[in-house]
Amino acid sequence: MKLTAWGRYPQIKANGVTFETRAQLGRLLSSTDPVIPYGMGRSYGDSALNPKVILTNRFDKILGFDQKTGLLHVECGVTLADIIDIFLPRGWFLSVTPGTRFITVGGAISSDVHGKNHHKVGCFSRFVHYLELMLPSGDVLHCSPDENGDLFRATCGGMGLTGIILTAAIQLQPVRSGFIRETDIRCRNLEEAFHQFEANAASTYSVAWIDCLQRGGNIGRSILMLGEHADTGHLAPKFRTPLPMPITLPGLLLNRYSVAMFNRFYYRSYPNYVEDRLTPMEPFFYPLDRITAYGRMYGRHGFTQYQLALPKESSYEGLRTIMDRIAAEGIGSFLGVLKLLGPGNDNYLSFPLQGYTLALELKIEPRLFRVLDELDRIVLDHGGRLYLTKDVRMGRDMFIRGYPRWKEFESVREKYGLKSKLQSLQSERLGI
Amino acid sequence: MRLLILGGNSDIALATARVFAREERADVVLASRDMEVLEKRAADIRLRYRVRAESVYFDACDYESHPAFYAGVTPKPDGVVLAFGTYAEQSDVGDDFEKGRQLIDTNFTGAVSILGIVASDFERRGHGFIIGIGSVAGLRGRQSNYLYGASKAGLGVYLAGLRNRLSKCGVHVMTVLPGFVRTKMTEALDLPGALTASPEDVAADIYRGFCKRKNTIYSKWFWRIIMGMIRVTPEPIFKRLTM
Repeated sequence: MKLTAWGRYPQIKANGVTFETRAQLGRLLSSTDPVIPYGMGRSYGDSALNPKVILTNRFDKILGFDQKTGLLHVECGVTLADIIDIFLPRGWFLSVTPGTRFITVGGAISSDVHGKNHHKVGCFSRFVHYLELMLPSGDVLHCSPDENGDLFRATCGGMGLTGIILTAAIQLQPVRSGFIRETDIRCRNLEEAFHQFEANAASTYSVAWIDCLQRGGNIGRSILMLGEHADTGHLAPKFRTPLPMPITLPGLLLNRYSVAMFNRFYYRSYPNYVEDRLTPMEPFFYPLDRITAYGRMYGRHGFTQYQLALPKESSYEGLRTIMDRIAAEGIGSFLGVLKLLGPGNDNYLSFPLQGYTLALELKIEPRLFRVLDELDRIVLDHGGRLYLTKDVRMGRDMFIRGYPRWKEFESVREKYGLKSKLQSLQSERLGI
Repeated sequence: MRLLILGGNSDIALATARVFAREERADVVLASRDMEVLEKRAADIRLRYRVRAESVYFDACDYESHPAFYAGVTPKPDGVVLAFGTYAEQSDVGDDFEKGRQLIDTNFTGAVSILGIVASDFERRGHGFIIGIGSVAGLRGRQSNYLYGASKAGLGVYLAGLRNRLSKCGVHVMTVLPGFVRTKMTEALDLPGALTASPEDVAADIYRGFCKRKNTIYSKWFWRIIMGMIRVTPEPIFKRLTM
């Protein structure tokens, strides 16, 4: 089968196999070819790509739910969308959700995803009570921060390179409504955006859309969106079925002029300040889930996301330099997202660190990777790192310097005999 | 509503059971041979939709067991989904009669055996519906899978006959004709991505067809057009094609 991920780059020929019981998975793992688990294919780059992949979509059973405590036990192929559909009407929502609900629980753990509330509660893994991991030997280990802790810390954020997550027990949060009270604030530049993020650090959810083509005094022009769980409104607002994107548009349609025009209109579409607008959860958390495979608008060469995190003390300088560089190169980013992050966690390859993260969605074009190599140097100079889930091109050096705990990850991979059995195109590229 | 799903271990069966449990609050009975998987699936449906879901042993090819099997399903179902079937490429069957017979025994004879029992029960009660899963491969014989196609063609004619007979007593029969679907049955095949549906797509089509009391549905819808073209191709031309 032809296999690709969210960015539609690269595309490879791969052999995908599925399983529905532990015994079936055990048999699949006993072959000698290296494998990587593949869930919903929502990571952007090549982290779930390999000539042989284990598809987790059929391992999607709900195993238990405690209505009193909100503890949910699921198999790895259950999606966040499933969880919302089933449990939001019962008054429970995800403790942490990324910007799409079409990912699996296994994928959420492997990427240790973060959401708009990272500055308050941290990553997805914080709400994983335990997980069961099948090693290539077929052994199943129970992992939590206290039990097989090294394997737990390697698996959360470990990009599927530590085994197959079979099941996980995750903590949901109680909610009284399926709506969010949203506040939007226009920020004229980066300084104002930073100021507003800090001033609103007590907000449960915060994220900013950012116009990356502005320069000079307007650099970092953005719209900060804040949210609180509402107490009013019912629990089951209709989540709309995504619209298909049936054709791949010519890549030329997205260029610096069209993106600049879009950014201009988008920025102006927001008033200066709106407080406590009642918004259903879906458009607040998942604006991009409206269109399946929306990446097709980037043309047939696909797209990628460049997501970096910088420590707080160097964030302002670093982001200014990076955005200046991007605007100068004119590599238009249709989607730019800025977010204040809380403290990092103990997982070896978890992405967030205390500071700011910037995500830019970029069309793949010949000069892009050269520009990104330059940005890499700026990120490193400011003590930052790139998000493995979005990555499709960083080099080993960038990885090692961005993730100083990679050696602990390596030693777990060696200790449990994972190195030769679990590999992705990304792990080969990074030399891990 | 109480729904009996024959071949409950198929991927389309699971997706269909979930849709009916979600949309109709239907209790489901999953019937098949692999009890481990079946019970896992039933437990999942109970937790997801808070309906009754149970698993019972059923072997489509053990015809003698069918009357006792159906007698054991209590209370009696309001609807039956026939979802069992096996697939084989013609190149794997060849002219080996034993292999060919296995296909027909499951896909056709097994269906005739159990649906006959269901039909007479529904007819007697004047209540119920039957959803049978055929295949677009049964609409015209092609060299690549004509034995599979023949077994599904037989099923299609049988369902049409049942529909004709049971319409007199208010029992509806719907024939589902899926094209390429990515399931465990087709895992080994290299299916063209753009034409390939997921089991969830098919289940959604089935439910939509059920609501509208359709007689025959294609899933995805474009197979109606594709198969329309394939069916009108004159045989002198068609026989020379490699399909």
